[in-house]
Amino acid sequence: MTKKIIYRGAEAEITLSKHMGYTVVQKRRIKKTYRIKNIDDKLRSYRTREEAKLMIEARMHGISTPIIYDVDLLNGVITMEYLRGKRIKDILNRVSEKERKRICNKIGESIARFHNNNIIHGDITTSNMILMDDRIHFIDFGLGEKNSEIEAKGVDLHVLMEAIESTHSKHSKCFEYVLEGYRREYRGNPEHVINKIDEIVKRGRYR
Amino acid sequence: MICLGVEGTAHTIGIGIVEDIRGKCKVLSNVIKIYRPKKGGIHPREAANHHAEYVADLIKESIKKSGVNFDDVDLISFSKGPGLGPCLRTAATAARALSLSLDKPIVGVNHCVAHLEIGRGTLAGCKDPVLLYTSGANTQVIAFAEGKYRVFGETLDIGIGNCLDKFGRTIGLDFPCGPKIEDFAKNGKQYLDLPYSIKGMDLAFSGLLTAAEQYYKNGEKVEDICYSIQETTFAALTEVTERAMAHTDKYEVLLGGGVAANKRLQDMVNTMAKERGARFFVPSKDLCIDNGAMIAWLGLLMYKSGVRMSIEETVIDQYFRTDMVDVSWRD
Repeated sequence: MTKKIIYRGAEAEITLSKHMGYTVVQKRRIKKTYRIKNIDDKLRSYRTREEAKLMIEARMHGISTPIIYDVDLLNGVITMEYLRGKRIKDILNRVSEKERKRICNKIGESIARFHNNNIIHGDITTSNMILMDDRIHFIDFGLGEKNSEIEAKGVDLHVLMEAIESTHSKHSKCFEYVLEGYRREYRGNPEHVINKIDEIVKRGRYR
Repeated sequence: MICLGVEGTAHTIGIGIVEDIRGKCKVLSNVIKIYRPKKGGIHPREAANHHAEYVADLIKESIKKSGVNFDDVDLISFSKGPGLGPCLRTAATAARALSLSLDKPIVGVNHCVAHLEIGRGTLAGCKDPVLLYTSGANTQVIAFAEGKYRVFGETLDIGIGNCLDKFGRTIGLDFPCGPKIEDFAKNGKQYLDLPYSIKGMDLAFSGLLTAAEQYYKNGEKVEDICYSIQETTFAALTEVTERAMAHTDKYEVLLGGGVAANKRLQDMVNTMAKERGARFFVPSKDLCIDNGAMIAWLGLLMYKSGVRMSIEETVIDQYFRTDMVDVSWRD
């Protein structure tokens, strides 16, 4: 089986591979020799399981994520669908304002669906969204968790706001469009979550 | 240019004198005196009294050891924050008195940034590191990004040093407990499960502390508990440091703070760095712990870049955050 590394992060490497004749993506949590085996095994297996669970749950609630073909807890590998689409990060600055608004609205609707089901993605950036067949697919749930708190949802949106400010700074209305979609789809009072964003900004942490 | 720095954020009152040699830091003298509480944790007022008692003698000693005179000193700097109010005020008062009596300029500096700059100033090849800063009160991962020193990860509850000290006190050790826990850990054999708490790039230690104390009450071996505490907390520290390195695309890592003296922590971060193809740096112990030389060096960098402060502007700030610093001395 041939493997091609397409991305290497701090925790995992992403490879292209073959699975039952299909091209698939494998996310492999790398062994870390700085920590003892006991801790390393436990963390890699736990995180792999949690990530797969979140992806499956998100999909059940109508959010597009890659289809999972296999989960290997022993080796910390998730084998999933290879999305032949484009990263939102790479296209958002190039499309028309009208199309940008439509895409951002959809992003906001999807995030609201996450939050309606108390799923916190943990790293919502435009690099972690792939547009394929006019659907926005979310990837990399490695920092995700289940959490019903308004605070956690606010932080989740704040991460995206910061990502948009740094990568799509010329298109200042993007985040407003996202919130438009969010307001439409969020069950409960979306303003409670949106007000949290200001509060988080005032704490002055991070970038 | 020669600068005298006064450190006094917490336990330590320190005076350091440094000289700028073509952009690198030469430490001429670096003397400290540490307040050690007889019982329990640090008492801010008692620590401040301790600092007031020793600061004048330390200033004299630092001048004597440095081989320069008061006249040769071009600048006074002091730790403006973050830290304990009474301690900060005592150190700042001493610095102001020096500045006025010697008629030399004065600048106040950020303590956390000083830990990073002393590494850059004294270690060859250390140019743009991610700093893992681990001490009693502070646990932060700091790096330079978009014109500022930014905190990429930090503790959400207690500092790692504080966690070690608290556990140490539970088992009857004296401050500082870190080195004794390190010794115990060397003889630990069995790993006991402890909470490993990372949220994004942030950390938490209080849950682990409670669990460790519970093991002690249940009669588990002290060696095994110390081993498990070190293995768990240090792995988490190393992991967030690696994430910050990946995120900022940097290939240098620097340790700072009192806990950086721990050999096991050094080992882990060094291993991580090697596997990433990154360079690992740790300053000598006297420059890792709280000290006046790092305060002097940062003061000097700021002054050279044009920062000036009137006496009225030399107020302390207990909550002076790393990312509040206007970095005028780097591109």
